[in-house]
Amino acid sequence: MTKGKIHSFESFGSVDGPGVRCVIFFQGCPMRCRYCHNADTWDFSRGEEHTAAGLIDKAERYRAYWGDKGGITVSGGEPLAQIDFLTELLEEAKRRGINTCVDTSGQPFSENEPFFSKFEQLCKLTDLFLVDIKHIDCEQHKKLTGHGNENILKMLRYLSKINKPVWIRHVLVPGITDDDAYLTRTREFIDTLSNVRRVEVLPYHSMGEYKWRELGLEYTLKGTQPPSKERVKNAEKILNH
Amino acid sequence: MLACIAEEIRKKAWRGFTGRKWQEDINVREFIQSNYTMYDGDESFLEGPTEATNKLWDKLQQLQKEEREKGGVLECETEIVSSLTSYGPGYIDEDMKDLEKVVGLQTDKPLKRAFMPYGGIKMAEQAASTYGYQVNPELHKIFTDYHKTHNQAVFDAYTPEMKRARHNHIITGLPDTYGRGRIVGDYRRVALYGLDYLIKMKEKDLFYCGGINMSEAHIRLREEIAEQIRALKGMKKMAEIYGYDISEPAKNAREAVQWLYFGYLAAIKTQNGAAMSVGRISTFLDIYINRDLQEGTLTEQQAQELIDHLVLKFRMVKFARIPSYNELFSGDPVWVTLEMAGIGMDGRHMVTKNDFRFLHTLENMGPAPEPNLTVLWSSRLPEAFKKYAAHISVTTSSIQYENDCVMRPVWGDDYSICCCVSATQTGKEIQFFGARANLAKCLLYALNGGVDLNTREQVGPEIAPVKGEYLDYDEVMHKFNAMMSWLVELYVNTLNLIHYMHDKYYYEAAEMALIDTYTRRTFATGIAGFSHVVDSLSAIKYAKVKPVRDADGLIVDYEIEGDFPRYGNDDERADEIAIWLLKAFMKKVREHHTYRDSEPTTSILTITSNVVYGKATGATPDGRKAKAPFAPGANPAYGAEKNGLLASLNSVAKLPYEYALDGISNTQTISPDALGHSDEERVDNLWHILDGYFDKGAHHLNVNVFGVEKLRDCMEHPEKPEYANFTIRVSGYAVKFIDLTREQQLDVIARTEHKTL
Repeated sequence: MTKGKIHSFESFGSVDGPGVRCVIFFQGCPMRCRYCHNADTWDFSRGEEHTAAGLIDKAERYRAYWGDKGGITVSGGEPLAQIDFLTELLEEAKRRGINTCVDTSGQPFSENEPFFSKFEQLCKLTDLFLVDIKHIDCEQHKKLTGHGNENILKMLRYLSKINKPVWIRHVLVPGITDDDAYLTRTREFIDTLSNVRRVEVLPYHSMGEYKWRELGLEYTLKGTQPPSKERVKNAEKILNH
Repeated sequence: MLACIAEEIRKKAWRGFTGRKWQEDINVREFIQSNYTMYDGDESFLEGPTEATNKLWDKLQQLQKEEREKGGVLECETEIVSSLTSYGPGYIDEDMKDLEKVVGLQTDKPLKRAFMPYGGIKMAEQAASTYGYQVNPELHKIFTDYHKTHNQAVFDAYTPEMKRARHNHIITGLPDTYGRGRIVGDYRRVALYGLDYLIKMKEKDLFYCGGINMSEAHIRLREEIAEQIRALKGMKKMAEIYGYDISEPAKNAREAVQWLYFGYLAAIKTQNGAAMSVGRISTFLDIYINRDLQEGTLTEQQAQELIDHLVLKFRMVKFARIPSYNELFSGDPVWVTLEMAGIGMDGRHMVTKNDFRFLHTLENMGPAPEPNLTVLWSSRLPEAFKKYAAHISVTTSSIQYENDCVMRPVWGDDYSICCCVSATQTGKEIQFFGARANLAKCLLYALNGGVDLNTREQVGPEIAPVKGEYLDYDEVMHKFNAMMSWLVELYVNTLNLIHYMHDKYYYEAAEMALIDTYTRRTFATGIAGFSHVVDSLSAIKYAKVKPVRDADGLIVDYEIEGDFPRYGNDDERADEIAIWLLKAFMKKVREHHTYRDSEPTTSILTITSNVVYGKATGATPDGRKAKAPFAPGANPAYGAEKNGLLASLNSVAKLPYEYALDGISNTQTISPDALGHSDEERVDNLWHILDGYFDKGAHHLNVNVFGVEKLRDCMEHPEKPEYANFTIRVSGYAVKFIDLTREQQLDVIARTEHKTL
């Protein structure tokens, strides 16, 4: 039995997938997004170990609140970084008839084995993927997160190919991602996909800044203000046509 | 007894109504069950405000603004003692009186506060003088030299120990200076039967009472029935002042609303109880409205106008209060609690179109704290209604929810909520309001040998204080149990004494006249500081708690080493302490004799008084600092919740309602962004939360939907017009945020902040 490294558990999530959901945050992330508000989930050596059955037991204590739409969302950290445990967790959830969402950056995705077969199996257990396109431009993506975006876009194309429902999310950071040209390029990419059920604009906020401080890390977006309502509307308009 | 209402009157007033029992005896419940029409549809039938409604509401808002500008009171009576007939007719605006579809004010002018000295003359005078009004000295003389008040009587009889406990705030908020409230007359009886029949029925009761054995209890009851009959006759006169004859039953919806309101007006002209609920009137009135709609004598717009105007009147109920009262119950609340929905004993839901109309008043006239609209929830309610109620919560934060599925087995399907969360069978039962015992302070007494940290007085029994470097769980539990036994005995005795005197010197004749003569009585008690005691005991059990003693050897603070489970995380270790605490307290209450053979109950409920109670209480072993506010009601302590809202709700839902029949209050604030992306999602998520919480057996939930930014901005800019009616739910009632003290505003902000991080 695999054990997963878990950062935390939120009994009430209502914006990470449809309906009322329990959100399980995995510990560890390869990305280093400059605006990350959960920097404390990065380090793979931290976190609390849990079994799949234990976590689903805990989630099921909230089943009465879920109704028809709700369920669990696995977020992080980066869930795909622990794909073996993630698969086990979702198998357990599916055994108990629970709706499942995976909230991922897509960064660990690879078309190579052994990852790809595992991912194929994971897709069978996941009802909805929430995928964050950090930046449409590969170079900018690298600057923002420390990694390029080729494999992330590949993952999205694959999910489209197998027609797996996806919500696309895009964090709007003034001066970094809210450029109209980039937004239009993002939209053009989304247009090539057939499985996108929703595109969400998430306005940047600095509420996670204190965590960087606590971790002794330098916050490079210091002083960046949240986008104005107009810019958020503008982005929503472009991304949703 | 049919003979009491002439056949031609019955034929006219009760045309089209079915059912038998209610025609042969007073039985409003059976009337409702036989005649109401379930409504499964949505809100699309609702009508907006009429021009008359807009004009009257504008006028009232203008008056409320003036009232705020004058420091909270528009005008105080100084010459006339309030009674059923002490004033001529009063209107919102003399020039617009024809627009008022429902008439009747407490005094001769809108928002003018009546002089009500029977609870206590000193308080009545102080309430006026606080706002710059001087009560006629002649009245002082009358109510000091010639007529005893409730307050005087209570203090005549209080023991030194009771005074000490009161003065040290271990027993707090006692109704010994004003009306105890919480008695809900069955105001629907006025509409359904008319006063002549009600008088005849009481005369019959008086005739038979004590005929065989004239005991002290019978003598008292005879006097009370006579008072009730006098009050009923006074009600008739009061209505005549407004040009209405209410001796016969109401013949149509407009009369039914007016008759019912006169019944309620009689109560608020004669009693200034903390809570003056109007009760379960929505379904009842729907029957009359429905009949008129079918007969074509009323349009939906007129029906909505009637309800809007009735609600306008409920928004105007005011009492003169003293500053220390306002600190406890901030924002001038009167708890005009009004219920809707629920499920009948036969399994039919009781949602009617009128429930939608009452909720719709918050759209037609904007959010408001009164009436205290209460939805009796069940997951079996029709989905369209659940959605509409959730929509009203998301947009106005003005309503509360209580679980019909835990209350119905105990109280049936015609109960009213007599304060914030306390059920009482309408017309069949009364409740003796019992304020609260501060259990957090009781725990500190247990540690410090009964000495109060603030006054250094020996208040509790002089047991040996705890010794040693660390607190020992078994030793603390042993001492706490003993201290709680002392406190409960003193508390119940104090309440016995208060209610004896209240019955004697400030009897609620007008309300009791609309309740069965042989009534069931419950005896409410209450717990304050609940979550802090639970977390303190958990800290002592699961972490190491090192007491910090001052020069006198008294424990004044604590150092906590290690982590411990806290109530509010769905963690059995802490939650089982919570369940134990409630059960232990209630079991102790049950051991004692309670006044007039009443049935004891308890509540976990603190109103806004959590701030004041906290202020009077030293540091607690859970890490709460001295003087810091308590968490309100049964809420987990601030910052204790680490696993989110539903984990917190699960913890509260574990408390067994059967041990807290007076109610378990829980207040939650959810930021709109955290509740969903769109209003549609927010509504959907909210009603699912309510279904889940109540299906788990929880009792009550106040729901606020707003962010902390709005609270902060409102605190700094109360003059902004959009904040004039900004309403928030606090423990058991709603309040305009701008009417809270700054201290309480900061407390609400602090609690909201803990949630968003």
